[in-house]
Amino acid sequence: MKQVVFSVKTNKAIAPNVYKMILEGDTSGITNCGQFVNIAIDGYYLRRPISVCDYDDETLTLIYKVVGKGTEAMSKMGEGTKLDTLTGLGNGYNTDASGTYVMLIGGGVGVPPLYNLAKTLRADDKEVVVILGFNTKSEIFYEEEFKALGCKVKVTTVDGSYGIKGFVTNAMDGEEYDYFYTCGPEPMLKAVYNASKTSGEFSFEERMGCGFGACMGCSCKTLYGNKRICKDGPVLKKEEITWEK
Amino acid sequence: MGEVNTKVNLLGIELDNPIIPASGTYGFGYEFAELYDINILGTFSFKGTTKDPRFGNPTPRIAETASGMLNAVGLQNPGVEKVISEELPKLKKVFNKKVMANVSGFSIPDYVYTCEKLDKEEQVGWIELNVSCPNVHGGGMSFGTDPVLLGEVVREVRKVVTKPLIVKLSPNVTNIVEIAKACEDNGADGIALINTLLGMRIDLRKRKPLLKNTTGGLSGPAIFPVAVRCVYQVAHAVKIPVIGMGGVSTAEDVIEMMMAGATAVEVGAANLVNPYACKEIIEDLPRVMEKYGITSLKDIIGGAL
Repeated sequence: MKQVVFSVKTNKAIAPNVYKMILEGDTSGITNCGQFVNIAIDGYYLRRPISVCDYDDETLTLIYKVVGKGTEAMSKMGEGTKLDTLTGLGNGYNTDASGTYVMLIGGGVGVPPLYNLAKTLRADDKEVVVILGFNTKSEIFYEEEFKALGCKVKVTTVDGSYGIKGFVTNAMDGEEYDYFYTCGPEPMLKAVYNASKTSGEFSFEERMGCGFGACMGCSCKTLYGNKRICKDGPVLKKEEITWEK
Repeated sequence: MGEVNTKVNLLGIELDNPIIPASGTYGFGYEFAELYDINILGTFSFKGTTKDPRFGNPTPRIAETASGMLNAVGLQNPGVEKVISEELPKLKKVFNKKVMANVSGFSIPDYVYTCEKLDKEEQVGWIELNVSCPNVHGGGMSFGTDPVLLGEVVREVRKVVTKPLIVKLSPNVTNIVEIAKACEDNGADGIALINTLLGMRIDLRKRKPLLKNTTGGLSGPAIFPVAVRCVYQVAHAVKIPVIGMGGVSTAEDVIEMMMAGATAVEVGAANLVNPYACKEIIEDLPRVMEKYGITSLKDIIGGAL
């Protein structure tokens, strides 16, 4: 974990209520894809945990959805806004486990952390199939960006307005893969868990207090004991997950 | 800057400064030891420990409020046996001072069992008896809101505890002085206050409480004035030392709490939003002392009484 003051470079809507923010600053605290950052917002007591979509040595890309007042305040931040941020939080995905044929499954704002993961896997010459699930056509983002990395991309919409009609699991049928990585709302994760034929990794979301393992606010049960989503997660292996609350 | 003295004596043990991270906001210290040398602290109060391991309450168990937060963690901890066999040896590698053992329970025998075990540990300097957790049923706060029942817990625990015994009180009572006196009369060496204030938030979209537990404990700057008032009232009424806590976030807050009567000051929620909060407060203390003409922190304890 590293505390860094970032400066907002760009911040604009890429879909209804979904924004892409590019920050400038020291990204050396980020050590793995699938990690997150925790941002202090003026006037709000708790930080806002946001997954890392992409990063290089000097810039950090976040894609976030406006879900409340804190993220609404974020959406109004202009160029040059300074953001006190804790970076490099959480374990992230284990790319060594991927095998050669890899499937990535993202739902809604669960899609962003898969982008840097796809980039990493493609740099390693893995064959990557990406399934992106949205409710409707207007909500779709990053289809082209994944294609540009050389991934095979399948889009699903619940209302059938674009791509395959239905849920991400409809697009999983017929695909061959050695391993998978997924991020999205919990009902989707559960459906992927049940539909998947191989081992894989799941990125979870939970309300957090601190984001670095101190408060026990975001704990979950696993088959191997209690884990903190923020510190021992957010990524859990399929074999350790229990859906029991 | 002239020489200032930040040392205070907490029940026979000298602290380099009065800053103590509060139980439940500092785990067993390691997350913070990765960020800075935690030996700069006066001491810290470790995660509330119970006889048996606990997962705590279902999630979500955190919600935001104006100038603070609600938590309904519900005393998640690995249980006293594991705390002694795993957490304390790990802590020894990063912390060479005496630590404060925070103990919770669901019955008098529970409290006695856990206190007796932790009292024997060489690393433990003080026992902080938590009778004020608002997030568990059939224990915790129910002991801390009834002076008769509380007196009984303190009396029984006192029989097995050889180290300084501090009782951590809830502000969710009608008369905090009466509760504090019940502790003093039954053998407590010190009083710590305040634990969180019982609160609740509702999700307007779902028309349901934000917390799965419905209610949770409010902490953060929102509760600081309530804490100062409670410390002031209790410090007036008892002869034993008082540890002040509740929304402390700055060196100024520390001084204010001490003027209200606190011998030492615990810092809670501030650690969660700024992992360097305690380090920054400790580094800033000399400047603030100088600003208010304080040469020794010992001199201001209860200065406003």
